[in-house]
Amino acid sequence: MFAYIVRRALQGALVLFVVAFIAFTMFRFIGDPLESMLPREATELDRIELRERLGLNDPIPVQFLRFVGNAIEGDFGTSYRNGVPVAEMIAERLPATLELAVVSAIFAAVFGIGLGVYTAIHRDGWLANAIMSASLIGVSLPTFLIGVLLIWLFAVELGWLPSFGRGETAELFGWRSSLVTVSGLKSMILPALTLGLYQMTLVMRLVRAEMLEVLRTDYIRFARARGLSERAVNFGHALKNTLVPVITIIGLQLGQITAFAIVTETVFQWPGVGLLFINAVQFVDIPIMATYLLLVGVLFVAINLVVDVLYAVVDPRLRVERPVGRA
Amino acid sequence: MSDPPLLEVEELIVEIPTRRGTLRPVDGVSFTIGRGEILGVVGESGAGKSITGAAIIGLLERPIRIGGGRVTLGGTRLDTLGEPELRRVRGARIGTIFQDPSTSLNPLKRVGDQLAETALAHLDISRGEARDRALRALVDVGIPAAAERLDAWPHEFSGGMRQRVVIALALIGEPELVIADEPTTALDVSVQAQILALLRRLCTERGVGVMLVTHDMGVIAETTDRVAVLYAGRVAEVGPTRRVLTEALHPYTRGLMGSTPDASPERDARERLAQIPGSMPGLTALPPGCAFHPRCPEAMTRCATDRPHPAVRGDTRVWCWLHPPDEPPAERRP
Amino acid sequence: MSVGPDTDADIGTRIDANAAATAAGTHPDARPGAFARAWQSDVAWSFRHSPVAMLAALAFAVLVIAAIGAPWIAPHTPFDPGSLNLMDGFTPPMGEGMGSGERYWLGTDDQGRDVFSTILYGMRLSLLIGLAAVAFAAVLGVTLGLIAGYVGGWVDALIMRVADIQLTFPSILVALLIFGVARGLLPPESREQMAIWVLILSIGLSEWVQFARTVRGSAMVEVKKDYVQAARLIGRKPSAILFRHILPNVMGPVLVIATIYLALAIIAEATLSFLGVGAPPTRPSLGTLIRIGQDYLFSGEWWILLFPSITLLALALSVNLLGDWLRDVLNPKLR
Repeated sequence: MFAYIVRRALQGALVLFVVAFIAFTMFRFIGDPLESMLPREATELDRIELRERLGLNDPIPVQFLRFVGNAIEGDFGTSYRNGVPVAEMIAERLPATLELAVVSAIFAAVFGIGLGVYTAIHRDGWLANAIMSASLIGVSLPTFLIGVLLIWLFAVELGWLPSFGRGETAELFGWRSSLVTVSGLKSMILPALTLGLYQMTLVMRLVRAEMLEVLRTDYIRFARARGLSERAVNFGHALKNTLVPVITIIGLQLGQITAFAIVTETVFQWPGVGLLFINAVQFVDIPIMATYLLLVGVLFVAINLVVDVLYAVVDPRLRVERPVGRA
Repeated sequence: MSDPPLLEVEELIVEIPTRRGTLRPVDGVSFTIGRGEILGVVGESGAGKSITGAAIIGLLERPIRIGGGRVTLGGTRLDTLGEPELRRVRGARIGTIFQDPSTSLNPLKRVGDQLAETALAHLDISRGEARDRALRALVDVGIPAAAERLDAWPHEFSGGMRQRVVIALALIGEPELVIADEPTTALDVSVQAQILALLRRLCTERGVGVMLVTHDMGVIAETTDRVAVLYAGRVAEVGPTRRVLTEALHPYTRGLMGSTPDASPERDARERLAQIPGSMPGLTALPPGCAFHPRCPEAMTRCATDRPHPAVRGDTRVWCWLHPPDEPPAERRP
Repeated sequence: MSVGPDTDADIGTRIDANAAATAAGTHPDARPGAFARAWQSDVAWSFRHSPVAMLAALAFAVLVIAAIGAPWIAPHTPFDPGSLNLMDGFTPPMGEGMGSGERYWLGTDDQGRDVFSTILYGMRLSLLIGLAAVAFAAVLGVTLGLIAGYVGGWVDALIMRVADIQLTFPSILVALLIFGVARGLLPPESREQMAIWVLILSIGLSEWVQFARTVRGSAMVEVKKDYVQAARLIGRKPSAILFRHILPNVMGPVLVIATIYLALAIIAEATLSFLGVGAPPTRPSLGTLIRIGQDYLFSGEWWILLFPSITLLALALSVNLLGDWLRDVLNPKLR
């Protein structure tokens, strides 16, 4: 098992390396980093001097290492648009995105697994078929459309929930949270629903497919042949085997949600890093784009690694290498 | 037989409705199993052996279904039971053993738990007692250091050990009958004999009847008391094993005997194994009349038009026009 | 033909016959494989018996025809500023514009653009970008997959490594990144003109991976078969082998993936346009319309949001349904 984890960690490191290199390339070669740092009257000489001072004439590997070194220390450069350090901007908006992502993920996991199990067990029931048809619509509905339609229904027509923003926030040990205020909770509902619905549909279909596969296996057939009750077969056996691969997928979802948050944050004007990223793309603010890419890369690699370890922990077959005993 | 049989299968029919018509993988199969007796059910792949076993315990997957005949276990009719009652029969009155031990056990559940839950499902005992029974079951099937192995995972056992666990699972509910579907096919040759011997010993000790499904004539010869030979979903003949093997009545059975390698010194080692020309017809291409007649060296005109009626010859029952029945056949009951 | 045991000469004749048949395109295995055969029988039967598939195909056909015929069907040309009448803005469906007195079937938006016409042209753009992006992704993915499967070795490893790395990230992020980078590379003046090409490129580049993986798998299987060995023996060029022989045999799964990705591409384009980084404002697509619609929700002009939403949903849903049906039909396990 140790060898397995080391192998996965190395793969993750490789991905990080590539991502870092892409981010570095973006920083260095796209757009003009000097543009925002020089006053208008700067001469050619000033330019050359600045290039030298910033180390832009050093060999590429050196620049790359410096870039990585800076990144590890938390220095991600300065935004082209407003001159504020990127690290500061991201740190300020990260809690908003993370809270949204976690709430959505929980929603997607709970309902996705529940509905997936139900539609697998009651395979031919009318309700299960209705849910599956609805799920097809869910997959065809783009996230932003779900958000907009929800706003229309609940904010405009019914007036129950706010249509944008995060509501009031309170500071908890340095973390600015909106989950502790009433208006914050109300503001969270629609965005979490929007962000989580697509994921929930995916999880549901996955769980259903996985469970149907499991229900066809020999050991389930054998369990039935031993006269175990349907409940024991479905929940004592099938569910456990279904969840093992599903749990890892859900872990991966968390990473995906953080990226999909871009759309949801735009729809609801949610002040998170996703909205920051979109604005950066619109205004070609390279430092923010590159940093976002780097952070997302780190997040994904970390989540992938955790999921791999989790998989090994949960599935006993991966723990023991060799069977014992003879006939 | 003086005692009433434990299991009676009469004219069992299993159907599969398909786009191209209804297929019958089992078409009028009849045999009986007595208490403490081992009946072998032998035939080629696709002859309907496994489906017969599945039909008896009601484990046919939609759209496969029983299309006729009756199955009676110790006086209770099984083919008309609903699912809840069938569940009480499975495990408690009929135990099952499947072919592949590496896929029969849930890889994510400890062996002791799988045994205990089966015991709890059928016997009115406490959790602690169930665990004791699980331990005893492991000891009975010959697992060494059973107490430590109780909490082991299935993949920690070798193939033969796993099949022993499967046998333990089949017997822990104290059934009257065990259906063993190719129990040794997936095992090493060296292990096969041990497993068969174990099965035989346990069942004879407890007076449990066994339906042993296999395609291996060697297993039949070694382990069974009586044997039923299946061909294309129908029975060719049923009778005591020794008799059927040495004085087969049905030409198909004779063909099977001829194709078994004979290691006795009288046989010339250079003689080629006799082969039955052609192959068993698929379900969609069954010939009219006797299913075997196109390949039968002794086929008569009647064989091509009429399906043979069963005839009794001593303690053997045979379905072949070479041995016509003495009286008119009993009416086929619904 | 001799009656005796096989001689070397006989075997040589056989191989040549195989090769000749392959060259003539009549070798049984070298026929266009699973795809063509399935089309003749089971697929057509299944289509006729699946009301959902027929409905989806009909809906899709209607939408496509409407989109293609936009220049002739649409009563107005919404992106020609000269033809707009600002006073007609905010007209409700079936209402008359206050400025020109014309009747607008589905109403107008804030600039006086006819919603019906804008939907038609927007759908046209969405379909164009979607199809182009999928075609690009398919060509790129299939080619890379064929090469990876056929050549193997380090080429295969490299392509698959890149694929794996890209798969770690959600496609929307990849598309956004490529879009941002491309724009960064272009001078500001041409950004708007090139927007559509950049869009096609970014969506296409984010979708090639699944094509490549599937084709690679099938190609690796086909490469081991006799007809490929025979073709190699008589010296056919690898590219000919790849495209004339192996390709037809892997088309089935490719088609299924293509339909699924078409729906995804349409949704991706709509999302990017909604976010403001997609179709330029002068040529609005369905996504752009929906964003405008959202802005006016509170003031009550609901039609600007509703009709483009319904159209987008119908488009994506019909493609998804067709893809689902296609996947079930071409799945050998369910036959």
